[in-house]
Amino acid sequence: MSTKSRTFFLSSLAGGLALALASGAALAADTIKVGILHSLSGTMAISETSLKDVALMTIEEINAKGGVLGKKLEPVVVDPASNWPLFAEKARELLQKDKVAVVFGCWTSVSRKSVLPVFEELNGLLFYPVQYEGEESSRNVFYTGAAPNQQAIPAVEYLMSEDGGAAKRFVLLGTDYVYPRTTNKILRAFLHSKGVSDDDIMETYTPFGHSDYQTIVADIKKFAGAGKRTAVISTINGDSNVPFYKELGNAGLKSTDVPVVAFSVGEEELRGIDTKPLVGHLAAWNYFMTIDTPENKAFIEKWKAYVKKNNLPGGDARVTNDPMEATYTGINMWAQAAEQAGTTDVDAVRQALGYQTFKAPSGFVEQLDAKNHHLHKPVYIGEIREDGQFNVVWKTEGPIRAQAWSPYIPDSAKKVADWTYPWVCGNCTEPRFK
Amino acid sequence: MRGFLSLHTRTGWLAFATLTALLLIAVPLLNALPADSALHLPDYLVPLLGKFCCYALVALAMDLIWGYTGILSLGHGVFFALGGYSMGMYLMRSMAGQGVYRSQLPDFMVFLNWKELPWFWHGFDQFWFAALMALAVPGVLAFVFGWFAFRSRIKGVYFSIITQALTFALMLLFFRNETGFGGNNGLTDFKQLLGFSLAEPGVKLGLYWISACVLLTVYLLAQAIVHSKFGRVLTAIRDAESRVMFCGYEPLYYKLAVWTLSAVLCGLAGALYVPQVGIINPSELEPTQSIEMAVWTAVGGRGTLAGALLGAATVNGLKSWFTVAAPELWLYVLGALFVGVTLFLPQGLIGLVRRLRPGKTEEVRA
Amino acid sequence: MCRLLRFLLLACALGSTLPAFAVSFDDTITHLGADPQSLRSAVGELAAANDPRALIFLEALRDGRVSFRDGEVLIKDGDTLKRARDGVAVTGEPGSAPLLNNAVRRGIDSALTRLQLTSPDRAVRLAAATAFADRPVRAAEDSLRAALAAEIDQEVIHALRLALAPIELQSEDRGKRLAAIRTLADEGEPRVIAVLDPIAKGDDAELATAARSAIDAITDRQWFRDQAGNLFYGLSLGSVLLLAALGLAITFGLMGVINMAHGELLMIGAYATYVVQNLFRSYLPGAFDWYLLAALPVAFLAAAAVGWLLERLVLRHLYGRPLETLLATFGLSLMLIQTVRLIFGAQNVEVANPSWLSGGIQVTAQMVLPYNRIATVIFAFAVLAAVWLIFQKTRLGLRVRAVTQNRGMAAAMGIDTRRIDAMTFALGAGVAGLGGVALSQLGNVSPDLGQARIVDSFMVVVLGGVGKLAGAVAGGMGLGIVNKFLEPAMGAVLGKIVLLGFIILFIQKRPQGLFALKGRAVEG
Repeated sequence: MSTKSRTFFLSSLAGGLALALASGAALAADTIKVGILHSLSGTMAISETSLKDVALMTIEEINAKGGVLGKKLEPVVVDPASNWPLFAEKARELLQKDKVAVVFGCWTSVSRKSVLPVFEELNGLLFYPVQYEGEESSRNVFYTGAAPNQQAIPAVEYLMSEDGGAAKRFVLLGTDYVYPRTTNKILRAFLHSKGVSDDDIMETYTPFGHSDYQTIVADIKKFAGAGKRTAVISTINGDSNVPFYKELGNAGLKSTDVPVVAFSVGEEELRGIDTKPLVGHLAAWNYFMTIDTPENKAFIEKWKAYVKKNNLPGGDARVTNDPMEATYTGINMWAQAAEQAGTTDVDAVRQALGYQTFKAPSGFVEQLDAKNHHLHKPVYIGEIREDGQFNVVWKTEGPIRAQAWSPYIPDSAKKVADWTYPWVCGNCTEPRFK
Repeated sequence: MRGFLSLHTRTGWLAFATLTALLLIAVPLLNALPADSALHLPDYLVPLLGKFCCYALVALAMDLIWGYTGILSLGHGVFFALGGYSMGMYLMRSMAGQGVYRSQLPDFMVFLNWKELPWFWHGFDQFWFAALMALAVPGVLAFVFGWFAFRSRIKGVYFSIITQALTFALMLLFFRNETGFGGNNGLTDFKQLLGFSLAEPGVKLGLYWISACVLLTVYLLAQAIVHSKFGRVLTAIRDAESRVMFCGYEPLYYKLAVWTLSAVLCGLAGALYVPQVGIINPSELEPTQSIEMAVWTAVGGRGTLAGALLGAATVNGLKSWFTVAAPELWLYVLGALFVGVTLFLPQGLIGLVRRLRPGKTEEVRA
Repeated sequence: MCRLLRFLLLACALGSTLPAFAVSFDDTITHLGADPQSLRSAVGELAAANDPRALIFLEALRDGRVSFRDGEVLIKDGDTLKRARDGVAVTGEPGSAPLLNNAVRRGIDSALTRLQLTSPDRAVRLAAATAFADRPVRAAEDSLRAALAAEIDQEVIHALRLALAPIELQSEDRGKRLAAIRTLADEGEPRVIAVLDPIAKGDDAELATAARSAIDAITDRQWFRDQAGNLFYGLSLGSVLLLAALGLAITFGLMGVINMAHGELLMIGAYATYVVQNLFRSYLPGAFDWYLLAALPVAFLAAAAVGWLLERLVLRHLYGRPLETLLATFGLSLMLIQTVRLIFGAQNVEVANPSWLSGGIQVTAQMVLPYNRIATVIFAFAVLAAVWLIFQKTRLGLRVRAVTQNRGMAAAMGIDTRRIDAMTFALGAGVAGLGGVALSQLGNVSPDLGQARIVDSFMVVVLGGVGKLAGAVAGGMGLGIVNKFLEPAMGAVLGKIVLLGFIILFIQKRPQGLFALKGRAVEG
């Protein structure tokens, strides 16, 4: 054992500490720091990189208008590298070291679950922009993506309607993790309430990253061959969608025979798929790029200009999608709330956030719910077009309020998410202060 | 006692004492300084350092089996995760009734509509049982796996690859919600450990302190092992297994013993890791995670225990640093580090130091 | 001219079956709305309208050639725009497109099939009748009966009978019911079991027996089809595994290099395909269907070049130290992934199947063999044959084998072993590039493509036995087929876990894999 090696080790350790200390001390006071916590490497980079880009774009736009409270926003971008413990570590660093006023981030449920205790412990503020399984409500998190009743249930209602093909039999197909499992559980209970029996429901899961869908597609065909109108509800995650849809197209399972409605497939995912064989299959979201509103036109123009200016990979082919819109809306709402509160203090901003409204690109005035911290969102059903975009074939009349706790899960049916006085509780069954 | 003291030279002991003082005394002291002091160690660094201690422990375990015995495991993530899950199960059970559903069952089971605890969750409400399991489960699995593998004389890359298959299979198994470990979300949102609230900075510091103590103790233990006769047989197996056999030793038992020990140490590291990072999920079982563990040891320098510590600290330090400073570049830096170390520093960073001062290298053994 | 002829023929064919209540085509077209609801009812009316213009209109609607302009319905026919009601050409641009949904599309399909039952073309009639046999539509009963009465071709009659059989089961006439049961016993699809079941449990003994044996016959037939299906799926999955692992079988099997960057070589092949596709799209749109053939050499060369570089710059310094190679190549794989991510972005990129690889052969109503799957199987064996020929029949192959068997002796014979190493590695990398082309046709192309494949590839090589191509074939096909037979029984997730457990156990039993290399050539 060399002594030198030991000294080297010690000095490197000490050096690391000193560096960390130095950067912690260099806090600029004339800007407001906001954290961006999206994976830029690893398996989730595929989805989250766009959210980082759109967040930077929105911040740039707000800064161009003069910033918030007269100060410029300063984005702090970190890379949790699709590693869930690293999400918690980076969240802690953003809050404690960089002292960010708010964090926009996370995609998967597990990353949110990983950072949740950190935000609650340090009283931070997180905006979560992706549709998820619900069953959660936190004082420190604002959910700008859809809860199951804002996406899954309307989609199934559409499939059961005359227009959607009056489906009587359902295949619940998903990747084996929490979001599909929970969503399918809620859907099964919902289908039961609509008189669909268990014989007419097939529930199948595939492992993470599954790439061979031959057997599954054959099983769907067999199941659909029983005579009743059948529809597939897909909660397949990320990468597995491409092999699934390729198999579907080539096996000749057309949307007129067995329509597939997906909750995790949007414009961004379709970019990686040859969409010609998929025309007519469906997706349910709260925003589509094809929505024809002035707000959406402006949003898309800004995005295209931003991509061009920064020479982002993909160039002209880059699209907007639902989580991007949710990120955009979330950042704007936070900026409004901070202006209104006159401070970036988390407690004050939280109070102000509950009553913010914003004319979102989806074409509706969306409102953050002061009680359950979820966004009221409209629901759209879109059909895949040849060019990889969606035709909106159905939409709700207006924004729907999220149910953080699903009435279809017995243990959560009685729960109330209410962060206003006198409840101040995300999962109570009675008010905390009576 | 004399034998123990002879593990290091005098300067070696001095350096060890400095490290001990730094980890066990300086860190808490610096953390206790007022927040506006230039030397204050911010709170967020405490669990980070604790995490590094756990990783360094894994690197030590890896060094015992790879650096000293020449068996490369690409499945040490399994033992780490099993230790972590055992602790996670205790943490979940100890907060029964405090979850969002106010149920005696962990939240994810309520979620899945399970009515009672699966059999393998019983006993984990007791800390001693969970702590025992954190060591015993990885140990028993390693023993059984090693028994078959070493008896069949599976060596070298074959062994590496079947350990990779093991971690891959277990990852898929733990991903399943039906397996009963929380699926992809894993176990998270822990509240307290032995009655102490995990959100308290003091508790975090305590956990860090315990991790550092364990690390230093295990380091001494490992030094004792590699300097014992047992350790020398291990090195001999690494260098020429058949000759060891001809000398009348049965390598199977030596390999099995150090393999099992290495797994138990990983389990210990996992158990210390989970309360500090607040989550355990199947991503710890991803094959790349296990490869990274091997990389820590290789970067620091195989076959020297200080190298393992150095490697774990360097790689993870760089990772934490670059994911903030230059997120787009960190894969390059990490990749270049691996390539550079294997090409130019076969002895790892420790070897670099030696190469810089070749004349002043001291004898390893006293 | 051609269209006119078709008008006339159709009009003659339809003349005899014109129902009295038919809504006129003109009425429907004049009041047509562009929303799904009114389109759907219009399509229903047109299906019964028995007007030759309906067929033209419905085909145009299906293909997206119909548009609305100034209250007029227009059909785009080639380059000309025509009014739907009289076929008169008009000038100007097409108007707004109607909004179709699946319900409308389904209505169009079924209406078209009904109209096609009376087509003058025998093949069209047969296809229509078969479509009804596969997918019975109650409302089409009258059309089917009318078509059956007018039909003269035996094959079409047969298909029509089969299509009518489920309906005949409800007939009042006992003889007809019995005949229908027999027809279904011979050729019925599993879906008719639901209809046969009540009869099998019914009071009429003869009918019940016939129905029971029909159900048994259908179930048996289905069982065989399922097994045949599983075998095909297994072969196809095995080919994918083989293609992914073949390059590794060369670099790992012959050279003993644990190449953790092997997956990234697959990825480079897939991205090369993507680039070639885009070049064809921009510069040779006419020959787009053949871009895949051009992509093969490009992908091979691109991956081989990267492989050659890796070997020259890094791996040559690490021969004989397999475990260090593992770490270095892991580092290289991280750098390659990040490079591709910075160039092409983190998202999936789209690689389209050329038209000759889209779709598949319809074997039965339930089973389609997709062309891209069939092509993958053929391609896998073609690549395998090429690699085998290179090793057995060329000087390079001879030298590679010599170096593998005894490096020192080969060097003594004057073989430049360093150069052979580089060439072998480049060959292995190039074969991985070819595997990437195949993967791009089946799955997603993203920077992480390789990571998902690396573990499987190692399993294939180790299971098959290192150092023999036959081993890789046995390993790949074995894993593929066993996986596909396990999957229906225990689901995709458990099936995969069981398979991995099986591999671990198998290697304990036979550490050298299925095909052991004799002698002491390869020892870790």
